[in-house]
Amino acid sequence: MTKSGIFADGFWHNNAIFAQLLGMCPLLGVTTSAENGFWMGAATLLVLLGSNLVVSMVRGVIPKNVRIPAYITIIAAFVTVVGMAMNAWMHEMYMILGLFIPLIVVNCAILGRAEAFASKNSVVDSVVDALAVSAGFTFALVLLGGVRELFGQGELFGFAVFGESYPDVLMFILPPGAFIALGFILAGVNLINRKLQARAARQKAAAIAEEAVEVTS
Amino acid sequence: MGIDRDQIRMVFALFVVAIVAVTLLGLTDIVTREPIAQAQRQALHRALAQVLPTHSNDPQDDVLTVEKSGQVVQVYPAKDKLGNLTGLAWEVVAPDGYAGSIKILTGFRADGRLHAIRVTNHKETPGLGDWIVKDNQWLDSFVGRGLHDTDWRVKKYGGDFDQFTGATITPNAVVNAVKKSLEFFNEQHQLILGRLAEQNQLPVTGADKSSHGVAK
Repeated sequence: MTKSGIFADGFWHNNAIFAQLLGMCPLLGVTTSAENGFWMGAATLLVLLGSNLVVSMVRGVIPKNVRIPAYITIIAAFVTVVGMAMNAWMHEMYMILGLFIPLIVVNCAILGRAEAFASKNSVVDSVVDALAVSAGFTFALVLLGGVRELFGQGELFGFAVFGESYPDVLMFILPPGAFIALGFILAGVNLINRKLQARAARQKAAAIAEEAVEVTS
Repeated sequence: MGIDRDQIRMVFALFVVAIVAVTLLGLTDIVTREPIAQAQRQALHRALAQVLPTHSNDPQDDVLTVEKSGQVVQVYPAKDKLGNLTGLAWEVVAPDGYAGSIKILTGFRADGRLHAIRVTNHKETPGLGDWIVKDNQWLDSFVGRGLHDTDWRVKKYGGDFDQFTGATITPNAVVNAVKKSLEFFNEQHQLILGRLAEQNQLPVTGADKSSHGVAK
């Protein structure tokens, strides 16, 4: 697969949230604001980059029977490192996200990439895959966090959008709001995908018709 | 039962992965330990600056440890340039919040009245209970309160403090904890003053300590 193919696949077609519905715990837990979503995505990026890199480097060296415990150890080590670094240099954000950082270990999206991609592909491809998947994951987190922050508090990245008098809409801040907003976002994503498919099908049909015309003439 | 080469390879592979992971974590700990302590200190510094009356010392340098029925309380004293006590602060825990315990930093003036409170840690419901962090008007309603001139209950129960729409348990827990903190002040006041006097008479260790002088 080409590098751009890997990227498109990881970012959109196989998006951890939109297509695979993986990593729901951090998604629903931290997305009360766009900023929280962004930093959670950034933490996930560092972990996924590290784990994909190492797993692809040791592919073929780790015996098949113990690969899952080995991957989990690698992922857990990177998660702990990211957690400590965040505690040291981004203390305030760590106070907000701290509870969810250790949970990145059990984010199936990360073990999924180690198992399904990095263990079978080159180091460079695995790094591209890690960037794509975590960019897609971050995009989903920021989108959902933005929607909840906008409708819940009338703000976006902490700036008042609807004015100071906007009343807090509790439903969007509380957990049910995460599910409801996610449902609408998924519906929107499916709508876009359907449009894309329809356009691809039309182009294919047009190409075939053109060929048929050429043959007959 | 023999051990075949595959089994040895598996054990060896996991062993190596674990060793590398542990080394990485150890190194990270060495690098981050100091910055983490620094960050925690700064966070506490900012919180103390909000709850204590004006002071010219670093309350964390002059911290006292007071034990009360098995519980250890860190007391942060605020002093003016002459070393006179201007206020005291410590953290209390409200164990009966809506979602677990709430940590509150309570600051007092030298006369035993509340100067300010700030919630430092909580897990209350966003949008309902977390007004205890965001609502400055509510936080200000604690300013200047004493133990005996205030009815330490929320208005719903006939007291002096507002509750929030949809949340009574959270503010009530905070009010109760602050009241306990005031009682602690009354009980331990003399002891703390005595300890502070001792502290001020200790030989001066650093140049910055010289300004503290002797307590009155």
